[in-house]
Amino acid sequence: MQTSNLAPAVFVADPHAVQIRTVEPSPVRAFLNARGSGKLADGSFAAVMMLCACSIFAIVLFIFSILILRSKLSLVAFGWKFFTRQAWDPVSGDFGALPFIYGTLATSFLALLIAVPLALGVAVFLTELCPKPLRGPISFLTELLAAIPSVVYGLWAVFVLVPLMRDVLGPFLYKTLGWTGFFEGTNFGVGMLTAGIILAIMILPIISSLTRDIMTAVPNSQREGVLALGATRWEMIRIGVLRNSRIGIVGAIMLGLGRALGETMAVTMVIGNHPEINKSLFAPGYTLASVIANEFSEATGDLYLSALIEIGLALFLVTIVVNAIARLMVWAVTRGAPARVA
Amino acid sequence: MSYQPIHQPPPMDFRSKSMRLNTLRRSVMNHLITALSILATLLVIAPLVAILAYLIYKGASSLNLAFFTHIPAPVGEPGGGMANSIVGSGIILGLSSLMGVPIGIAAGVYLAEFGRGTLLANAVRFTADVLNGVPSIVMGIAIYSLVVMQQKHFSALAGGVALAIMMVPTITRTTEEMLATVPHAIREAALGLGVPKWRTAISVSLRTASPGIITGCMLAFARVAGETAPLLFTAFGNQFWSFKLNEPIAALPLQIFVYAISPYDEWHRLAWAGALVLIVLIMVSVTLVRIVANRGVLKGAS
Amino acid sequence: MGVGIQVENLNAWYGSTHTLQDINLHIPANHATALIGPSGCGKSTFVRCLNRMHETNPIARATGVIKMGDLDIYKDASPVEIRRRVGMVFQRPNPFPTMSIYDNVASGLKLNGFRNRRILDETVERSLKQAALWEEVKDDLKKKSGASLSGGQQQRMCIARALAVDPEVLLMDEPASALDPVSTSKIEDLIFQLKSQYTIVIVTHNMQQAARVAENTGFFLNGKMVEFDSTHKIFTNPSDKRTEDYITGRFG
Repeated sequence: MQTSNLAPAVFVADPHAVQIRTVEPSPVRAFLNARGSGKLADGSFAAVMMLCACSIFAIVLFIFSILILRSKLSLVAFGWKFFTRQAWDPVSGDFGALPFIYGTLATSFLALLIAVPLALGVAVFLTELCPKPLRGPISFLTELLAAIPSVVYGLWAVFVLVPLMRDVLGPFLYKTLGWTGFFEGTNFGVGMLTAGIILAIMILPIISSLTRDIMTAVPNSQREGVLALGATRWEMIRIGVLRNSRIGIVGAIMLGLGRALGETMAVTMVIGNHPEINKSLFAPGYTLASVIANEFSEATGDLYLSALIEIGLALFLVTIVVNAIARLMVWAVTRGAPARVA
Repeated sequence: MSYQPIHQPPPMDFRSKSMRLNTLRRSVMNHLITALSILATLLVIAPLVAILAYLIYKGASSLNLAFFTHIPAPVGEPGGGMANSIVGSGIILGLSSLMGVPIGIAAGVYLAEFGRGTLLANAVRFTADVLNGVPSIVMGIAIYSLVVMQQKHFSALAGGVALAIMMVPTITRTTEEMLATVPHAIREAALGLGVPKWRTAISVSLRTASPGIITGCMLAFARVAGETAPLLFTAFGNQFWSFKLNEPIAALPLQIFVYAISPYDEWHRLAWAGALVLIVLIMVSVTLVRIVANRGVLKGAS
Repeated sequence: MGVGIQVENLNAWYGSTHTLQDINLHIPANHATALIGPSGCGKSTFVRCLNRMHETNPIARATGVIKMGDLDIYKDASPVEIRRRVGMVFQRPNPFPTMSIYDNVASGLKLNGFRNRRILDETVERSLKQAALWEEVKDDLKKKSGASLSGGQQQRMCIARALAVDPEVLLMDEPASALDPVSTSKIEDLIFQLKSQYTIVIVTHNMQQAARVAENTGFFLNGKMVEFDSTHKIFTNPSDKRTEDYITGRFG
């Protein structure tokens, strides 16, 4: 009986093999039988959905190509030197983007410097230390920060932060850290430091909520394993949580950086808008985004407009690269788990 | 079976001086970090409370009926309001939702229902996430180059297109996430009944995920409702009433920006009032839709 | 009324796994046929081939001929048309959570575009009565969600949903495996009632269940059908040693 290569045979168990239908089909059956296969509808629906999905590629390609097209004039006139030249003279048609690059980088890194430790602290507090009933309200509050429009931050900064910087924080920094050379010159309240602070406040919720998600994704067994070795809570967080999620945290920080690089309105309102490279953080500056916001609509002359669009192109490419790297890092940790940056 | 260890390590003595110091150092570190993280949380919550409190204080004291019924007064004249900006914002946002919501949801449906696991879907998902991080000002100049340069004038339509493009990636990703939470068994139930795939996607998957998708759309809406930068060179702003789609139109965030950087106290007052109205509009619309969406679901549904 | 099913040389794959190998069998009309076998033997894949649900998985594939009455289901019609003729009840109850009980039962008709309200009402009532659920839910048909019922009630609602389209064949993939004993016996009673009107194919890993409800039983092992015969013969005097080993509990 152990014939494993049994030839397939047709089993017929019931003698009434052929059933002749005698009853008229019910109205329901008649209707369903008459219904078409819906292949056409299915195919076209899938095609439309795919088209909409591909429109996202189209949007990115379109932005890229139109920015290149419209900045051709400036690309041809200045070449790569555009990004290393300091001149910004609309009257004589001489343009260089270095002051804006400097301003953008300086304010963004200043913002990260302030925001990252705070965001990590908040994330650690929320995931590891916070008593349960407080967790909900505090994360809701930090996410509320993300819902406030940029222009409202700017408004608040102009009327509250700027006077505060001018009268309290600025003089204090000058007295204590003036020797470093970062806090010199006349302090008007507007400048790169103020811009950095408002940026820090704006990117905090992004970094902290993403970091929180990433730290929550660390399995509890990791925590218990470290605790079982007799570690204190901090050692558990450092070894069991932070070390496991460091790539994701770096990704979250880079997403915050991407936001900071492109943030426009609030920065424009408090940075002072002066194309100059200055070591002092009290000095007014200019960023890539804010020069576009300020000068684009009154740009006269094709070269001027084209130079501004080239700045936009640079901003687009830099943020795309930063975001792409950041996304890959966050994905590597959360494995495609929902990213909750709105 | 007697087993003799070759080398017997000395037992750990937790009372030795070095051990006690080590324990002390570790526990001090532990408390220090705890204190620092609490401090960080307080430092983060402080500006939020400060901003909201100041905004409510300044905004509420500046609000009056005229704000909602009048258009801006000329420079130097007291009074005036932002009625045209509120309506303008409504028109621009309506336009952008009309374009952005269907495309975003459709793209999300593709990712979750048709393209699961394919290379194309992964590429779309990644591009959407990256597009989400493109600065809004860049959208502004891109749409300026496309629409405004062609039409030769600023328009409400251009503003709507710019905001629509910003809504798409957010809506796509939320839709996909929400559809992914719909159990596969439910789709199989519908397919097993001979329901075509397109009908299954709409009437079963999307319908089951609808509360989450509506919330996601509202969040995208709230995000672009406060956007100023992409409107600077598209909608441009307008001091008067305008209902035409191919003319410059006022928008609340734009008007707040213009008034905030102006030198007039009267305009500052209006800027605060506008900011409060904007925030309240955003928060109320988000909460309202959440409540309505939740009520729409039948009792006992999981 | 049901139709008979003729299966010839059916082969099925999941990716590179050959899950069904050369299945040949005739399932008689208006009888219950049970498919037994250890888990992973291919019996679920087999019923999913019968209504072409198998191919909803992108890596899955099937070859062979399946005739439902005179209709070659892989050649003469689209999957959608086949599934409209074949009702399916799944392992776990899967009601549509956003729909009321009424809409759940009527979904096979409504989602396929059937609009006649009077016939819809009649069909829902008939199906719920057939599924022995009518008395329990008739008062809040449109008020309560299908997901608010108990597990056993949900599964009977899913049976009613499958019956509402007046199918020619009813496939049941371990319909009682997720249910308590009381609900299980109700489902078995139901199958007993229904088999005079529909061709029923029921997959089960519970041999007593097969013995209780089915006239014919097929035994699957490692993707092959080892034996197919009347239930009585299979359980009392199987002709294959492996069948005997299985039903006497030597493995599986």
